[in-house]
Amino acid sequence: MGDGGTPHGALKPRLELRGITKAFPGVLANDKIDLKILPGEIHALLGENGAGKSTLVKIIYGVLEADEGDLLWNGVPLRIASPHAARKLGIGMIFQHFSLFEAMTVTENIALGLPGRQNMAELARRIVEVSNNYGLPLEPHRHVHTLSVGEKQRIEIVRCLLQNPKLLIMDEPTSVLTPQEADKMFETLRRLADEGVSILYISHKLDEIKALCHKATILRGGKYITECDPTQETSKSLAEMMIGTNLVAPEHVENATRGEVRLKIRDLSMETSDQFGVNLSQINLDVRAGEVMGIAGVAGNGQVEFLEALSGEVLSQDPANIQLDGKPIGKLGPVERRNLRLAFVPEDRLGHGSVPEMDLVDNAFLSAYSQKKLLKAGFIDRSTTTAFAEEIVQKFDVRTAGVSHTAGSLSGGNLQKFIVGREMLQDPRLIIIAHPTWGVDAGAAAAIHQAIIDLAENGAAVLVVSQDLDELFAISDQIAVIAEGRLSVNRNIREITIEEIGLLMGGTHGAGERKEVSSVA
Amino acid sequence: MLLKIEKRPEPSRKMVYVTPVLALLLTVVTSMALFEFLGVNPVEALRNFFIVPINNKYGATELLVKATPLILCAIGLSVGFRANVWNIGAEGQLTFGAIVGGGVFVYFHDVDSVFLLPIMIAMGALGGAIWGGIPAFLKTRFNANEILTSLMLVYVALLLLSFLVHGPWRDPDGFNFPESRVFSDSATMPVLLEGTRLHFGTILALLAVFGTWIMLAKTLVGFQVKVIGAAPKAGAYAGFSQKKIIWFSLLFGGALAGIAGVSEVAGPVGQLLPSISPGYGFTAIIVAFLGRLHPAGIIFAGLLMALTYLGGETAQINLGLPVAVTGVFQGMVLFYLLACDVLVNYRFRFNKIGKVTS
Amino acid sequence: MSGVEWIIPILLTVITAATPLVFAGIGELVTEKSGVLNLGVEGMLLVGAVAAFVTATVTGNYFLAVAAGALAGAFLAFLFGVLTLSLMANQVATGLALTLFGVGVSALIGQDFVGIPVDALPKLAVPGLSDIPVLGPVLFGQDALVYLSLFMAALVSWFLYRTKGGLILRAVGDSHNAAHSIGYSVIGIRYLAVMFGGAMSGVGGAYLSLAYTPMWAENMTAGRGWIALALIVFATWKPGLVVVGAYMFGGITILQLHAQAAGLDVPSQILSMLPYLATVVVLVLISKDESRIRKHAPACIGKIFHPAA
Repeated sequence: MGDGGTPHGALKPRLELRGITKAFPGVLANDKIDLKILPGEIHALLGENGAGKSTLVKIIYGVLEADEGDLLWNGVPLRIASPHAARKLGIGMIFQHFSLFEAMTVTENIALGLPGRQNMAELARRIVEVSNNYGLPLEPHRHVHTLSVGEKQRIEIVRCLLQNPKLLIMDEPTSVLTPQEADKMFETLRRLADEGVSILYISHKLDEIKALCHKATILRGGKYITECDPTQETSKSLAEMMIGTNLVAPEHVENATRGEVRLKIRDLSMETSDQFGVNLSQINLDVRAGEVMGIAGVAGNGQVEFLEALSGEVLSQDPANIQLDGKPIGKLGPVERRNLRLAFVPEDRLGHGSVPEMDLVDNAFLSAYSQKKLLKAGFIDRSTTTAFAEEIVQKFDVRTAGVSHTAGSLSGGNLQKFIVGREMLQDPRLIIIAHPTWGVDAGAAAAIHQAIIDLAENGAAVLVVSQDLDELFAISDQIAVIAEGRLSVNRNIREITIEEIGLLMGGTHGAGERKEVSSVA
Repeated sequence: MLLKIEKRPEPSRKMVYVTPVLALLLTVVTSMALFEFLGVNPVEALRNFFIVPINNKYGATELLVKATPLILCAIGLSVGFRANVWNIGAEGQLTFGAIVGGGVFVYFHDVDSVFLLPIMIAMGALGGAIWGGIPAFLKTRFNANEILTSLMLVYVALLLLSFLVHGPWRDPDGFNFPESRVFSDSATMPVLLEGTRLHFGTILALLAVFGTWIMLAKTLVGFQVKVIGAAPKAGAYAGFSQKKIIWFSLLFGGALAGIAGVSEVAGPVGQLLPSISPGYGFTAIIVAFLGRLHPAGIIFAGLLMALTYLGGETAQINLGLPVAVTGVFQGMVLFYLLACDVLVNYRFRFNKIGKVTS
Repeated sequence: MSGVEWIIPILLTVITAATPLVFAGIGELVTEKSGVLNLGVEGMLLVGAVAAFVTATVTGNYFLAVAAGALAGAFLAFLFGVLTLSLMANQVATGLALTLFGVGVSALIGQDFVGIPVDALPKLAVPGLSDIPVLGPVLFGQDALVYLSLFMAALVSWFLYRTKGGLILRAVGDSHNAAHSIGYSVIGIRYLAVMFGGAMSGVGGAYLSLAYTPMWAENMTAGRGWIALALIVFATWKPGLVVVGAYMFGGITILQLHAQAAGLDVPSQILSMLPYLATVVVLVLISKDESRIRKHAPACIGKIFHPAA
């Protein structure tokens, strides 16, 4: 496969970009970006959310067209008009949000990524062969929706490998994997690089870039910053190049005394309503006043169902499954739970935590009307609601031209600050936050982390569900892991290692351990 | 591609008002071409369509008479459409409202009481609500698509009315015509202006417009309707019940259509006939969209669509244009409106030609 | 009548009542499989019916007439495509608009043709075979469109599940974003699917005005377009079941004719309600199991696709 042989010896870059520029309305997503990838090189593209990484790879893969700049493939300038053209050249891409078809089989999914007609039986045989060869086992006749996230990613990789790629682009590939799965994938990538395949590896995870990549190109705010050798850099220096300022970790004083139990979950089991969902099984958890409880786990392991059960969007079987300050609330709806001062920040900012088409005043009213008494004699009190919306904007530094603008017009980070602010300003005794900084720029992420810690220090109980282990380690006091709808025992954040969490995320012994301990407790 | 469609950061408020006017202009231009094709002077045709019908007092009041059922139905539908509840069976709800409301008179035709008409109106509303409630029940209980069920019930209601006036409710003194008795004075909508057909139903329509406006803009249930329609998950997050809103919008829309039905049979029609509406319930869909699902807009759109009915008749009498032109015109307005609405959420941009080496 | 002969006219009317539904249902199935919900079937049927009828009366050529029906349906579907695919209008609203527009346009075109009789589409008689008792006339004595409808159903089934093209079409309906990101032209594929659906509805309409009732009347489809839409839900998006459903509904539709002939004392209006009530009942029975619908419905149905970035 590939040119074979020398990983770093070849002088002619396989892919070279010169001065690539791409503008979207209101943003210059790529501003004169240069990039050089040699054959057999694993090259990191490093940058924050919004740094322009995705735009750049879409240009390489022919999804988008650059406004300006040159692209050279093996030294020859050319134009990649479509993904088909990119694949023809030997460029393969693994998307962050998989480009898979849930209702179809593995073979059908792979056939869709290959040119021309295929003999399905023959293709299935090749899938088995290639996937076993690279340690990425796949069953060709399974339907995609029955597979784990890691298996889904394998489909994408095998789909690329079947086309003998010269350049493999991977967009945040480990964000959906357990640390152990990620290590296995790294082995596959190293082997591919040894075979001469170039790999463009997009990530903002510094440790894995240091461990895996030969070179790194750093982007910030759509601009090319520098190219460096990540093995010669520290995580801190990489991060500073990526963010552009010195990093400030959130201030986090460890609570010496844990407060009384605020949220008590007992034997919570729940059948999912989603055909692609996960059933919850026998979840037990205590969250105390003044502490931040982190829930780690790979997406699709029951987080959605767990959050629905906590917010009251789905009711539990027994009221006592969920208790707030000793009161059974399992059968109460969202409004009644909010009246007991439970606040909730859902995962999806647009369309769940807010109504994109409505302005910020209406969005402030959405979840606060009962707690903040925004109804007067049955009518919406628009002026009080406006004042509340303005208070959120001001206290949480939401950048917007005014509260009469729609939620959908805000940037991800600002909308997240607005939603977090709306919930926190209702003075909650318990707040549940899903993926607090997913897709949020570093400035907003830091502000949100600080707000979470401050709230806990003022005596609220906080439960954070996140896929981002770095985030959980930065803000949590306790951590538990959800896998396949079961929740592990929670552990003090200082007494648990990443490896242990990784094993729990893989679901290896989380459930068994849980049962032993809970019977003691 | 040189011309690109680009999403706006937020919907353009200006375009919300501009596009209906634009759609109307495009429709008028296209109609003029159509008139030319049909061998009629386009200017003359337009004059007959839009000016002649209302250049006297009687014509102007006729406009309100025709607009009344359209506005009543469209107001009800607009609440549903806002909540993403696609009730397209207003014609059936109107018909069943007329059956239940008019049925009161059929059975109490010898009663001469001031309460007769109010009871008929209330029963009309109830009938419409029942006919709207069936799809609501089937949707909330069995998840059956309300578009199809509400539409199927239109045919059922029309056939039921036909059966009744051909059979049990036929006027015993009516020479075997498929008609009910002619409604008595105490069962007839009071006329508001002597010498015209303008009747009390118009006042009911205005009340519905005003009440719905307040409801949508100021009350929690109106807020719930808007949230559930725009983002159902956000509605669930806020603790709003989607099922409740499905019930509410279908009962509300059904009741208003039912009132429209009874105000037709107790108003301009004056009795139960096999056909009591020239498709008001369907045209009301156009009225609702053209009025931007907003009560004030619906008044204008209702008047305009009413004018196309009158204009179609006038143009037929004076110029020999086929009545079917009205239907084409109405369909075209909605088509153009939906096309122009792209401008609310998107804008067109001419792309610079990129300098990419090839 | 003696023996089983009485069943022949019933079977024959069932077939004629079912055929327009087969056409419209199979066409709309392809549209929906690509992720587009076109509620304008009723309008496309009507326009197809009037175009075919006018062409047949003017030229006397049935082949041209059917082609005109298909073209008219495809043209209306193309308008729908422009609005929903290129201009990203709401599919439900646009489908309703298409129906309202189709009702108006067909009435306008057909106004001078109301009540004109035309010879029904000729039946093909397969020499020898169509003389076989009972089976002969039912199986071998139909007009060409009946055979075409079944052939199209088989063809669509083969295309969807046995060809790469069908795989791509289903993929676009399953996830337009994924299909776009691996380089398929979502909009182009959907235009083709929508116009195929329109052409099929147009042929279904042609069948109504040339074979089922051989004449033109305003609104002569009487809700068949909507019934075809319900059929697809009933069939959980499977071509074979669309045909089965169409024949079931055909059976219900002709029940009224034969019940009256059999001297059953039920008012004709009540019998005429049966297809509509049956549609509601079938929808309820099939939709009750929400997860089953969700499992079979194309995941992107009705969703607007905008290739943002």
